[in-house]
Amino acid sequence: MATTEAQTRAAQAAPPTGWRKLQLALRQQMARGELGPWPVLAGLAIIWAIFQTQNAHFLTARNLSNLILQIGVLGVLAIGVVLVLLIGEIDLSLGAVTGVCAGVLGVTLTLHHWNIWAALLATIIVGAAIGVLQGVLIVGIGVPSFLVTLAGLLAWGGVQIILLGDAGELIIYDSSVRAISSAYFTPLQSGVLAGLVLAGYGWTLLRQRARRQQAGLSAPTVGTLVLRWAAVVVIVAASVALMDAYFGVPYILAVLVALALALTWVTSRSVYGRHLYAIGGNKEAARRAGIKVGLITVSVFVIASTLAAVGGILAASREFAVSIGTGGGTLLLDAIAAAVIGGTSLFGGRGQIYNALLGALVIGSVENGLDLLGQPSSVKDIATGVILVAAVSIDAISRRRSQAR
Amino acid sequence: MTMTQQPNPQGQPQLALTGISKHFGSVVALDNVDFEVYPGEVVALVGDNGAGKSTLIKIIAGVYQPNAGMITFDGRAVHLSSPQAASALGIATVYQDLALCDNLDVVANLFLGRERASAPLAGPLRQLSEEAMERQAIDVLHSLSVNLPSVHRPVAELSGGQRQSIAVSRAVLWGSKVVLLDEPTAALGVEQTALVQQLIVRLRERGLGVVIISHNLADVFKVADRIIVLRLGRRVGTFQRRATTPEEVVAAITGGVSLAGEEVH
Repeated sequence: MATTEAQTRAAQAAPPTGWRKLQLALRQQMARGELGPWPVLAGLAIIWAIFQTQNAHFLTARNLSNLILQIGVLGVLAIGVVLVLLIGEIDLSLGAVTGVCAGVLGVTLTLHHWNIWAALLATIIVGAAIGVLQGVLIVGIGVPSFLVTLAGLLAWGGVQIILLGDAGELIIYDSSVRAISSAYFTPLQSGVLAGLVLAGYGWTLLRQRARRQQAGLSAPTVGTLVLRWAAVVVIVAASVALMDAYFGVPYILAVLVALALALTWVTSRSVYGRHLYAIGGNKEAARRAGIKVGLITVSVFVIASTLAAVGGILAASREFAVSIGTGGGTLLLDAIAAAVIGGTSLFGGRGQIYNALLGALVIGSVENGLDLLGQPSSVKDIATGVILVAAVSIDAISRRRSQAR
Repeated sequence: MTMTQQPNPQGQPQLALTGISKHFGSVVALDNVDFEVYPGEVVALVGDNGAGKSTLIKIIAGVYQPNAGMITFDGRAVHLSSPQAASALGIATVYQDLALCDNLDVVANLFLGRERASAPLAGPLRQLSEEAMERQAIDVLHSLSVNLPSVHRPVAELSGGQRQSIAVSRAVLWGSKVVLLDEPTAALGVEQTALVQQLIVRLRERGLGVVIISHNLADVFKVADRIIVLRLGRRVGTFQRRATTPEEVVAAITGGVSLAGEEVH
């Protein structure tokens, strides 16, 4: 008994270090069918390589900066989709909510000349309220989320048409709303922001290590952490430098990154986030463990709808107008595809916020690249469909292999 | 002789039910049943289908409320008005489906619904105290000699016996004094069954009262100190494991004549 304890402690105190440990971890992940972000990153690299060989403008600072602007709305919506999928539900209304909220922004700003902050607040509140309504119908009455949000898709689309009136379009004149999609940070500003984020990340890594040591658990070496931190520093610095080579870091990118970071913390570090995964994994077990499944479900629909409202603001800002097409088309389906391509499960309990951004980047890249090549949108839709099936198939195959073991 | 003696002389029962009756409409599920489990004792509750085992277990778990009878816990009269009330007292029920989240790792499952967390934010946005939970999880698993490849594996990847061990360890971690196990080895192979049996013995060593419901008499005879037989809603026999045979117990379950020559009702 004493020896086994000593052995266990010894094993915990002296884990395999550095490169060997990373190899081990990777191999374990692969064997378990947990491929993480690697397949999407590989896919993205292939897509970028293909387009770059076809058109040398693809990987320029200017085009990549445009790409970021193009995926702003999609990325924000896809984050909401990841959250909803995480608890094993679906929200088909997010595109329509985007449109209706953009409509609210247009009506309050352009027709009623509200103060910009009041208009933005009203837009966000309408989005949240729609989430409350749909969430309560789903949880309180027990209508499946698929049906409630399908009804929402139809109904909010109708409301959007009424809001926009006979012209079907409202121009946004407000310069600050326009700026969201067309303004950039100066190199100094983006440098300071990126520095703060990186410092925070480094501090978090060290704090975590200290806490693990305090608890007598195996902790990574400082060297491993420095490597990990340095890798992130290189990626962030390269991205910022690339954006600075054009007009700078777009405001939209900051909005996307801020939302993603905040929700990544919520899903991976907070009690609430743990409960989201629990509900998605086994709703009944979560309920028996005393988790307030109903309340949390409603809250997720509220967060997703609120994100759709933010998406509506970004869409209005990007188009300098709100039309009956805002939030329509394939936006919602692209957002669901983005979440799934990124690695989120449709069946709940598996997914990460970054999935949304990677997936949006894939879909945005295909659209952008085919535009550069002068291809029609039909080709773009077919390509996106093929990629979606490929992504899900790779995931399914790796999972089946791990189960067969 | 073997039918009614008081078994363990360790003072008062941890949990005692006296004169419990429960009927659903005109169907009498339990008729004036007594039940008791002492600290550091494993009691097996056996009986044919429809004997009233599940009804009795659900009363102990707080799912059903009896129509008549009294329940004492630690010698005090208690009212098990809900599953939450039962678990707050220290009665943990491990159902056959285990109620684990397959996608979460061992630590997350052990602390499910009772996560340890701290500032900076309040309420549901408190930050998980991952390290404290992991430390406590490793310690409790170690104290129960539950061997797992890693506490960071999703429980979906673990064997049936390991999953059962986690569900049981959860009860220990949360400070339960009585653990009810519903068919703990029903779906397990030989090796896994042995694993769970060892775990049950360790629960007894820790001074917990353990109640197992099982159809498998071989299993029952391996771990139980006492065997209580229900038949048609009544307690028809109580056996000391060391002083009885499977034949006697089967006779009690089926309503045959026991070897002692007494007819069992």
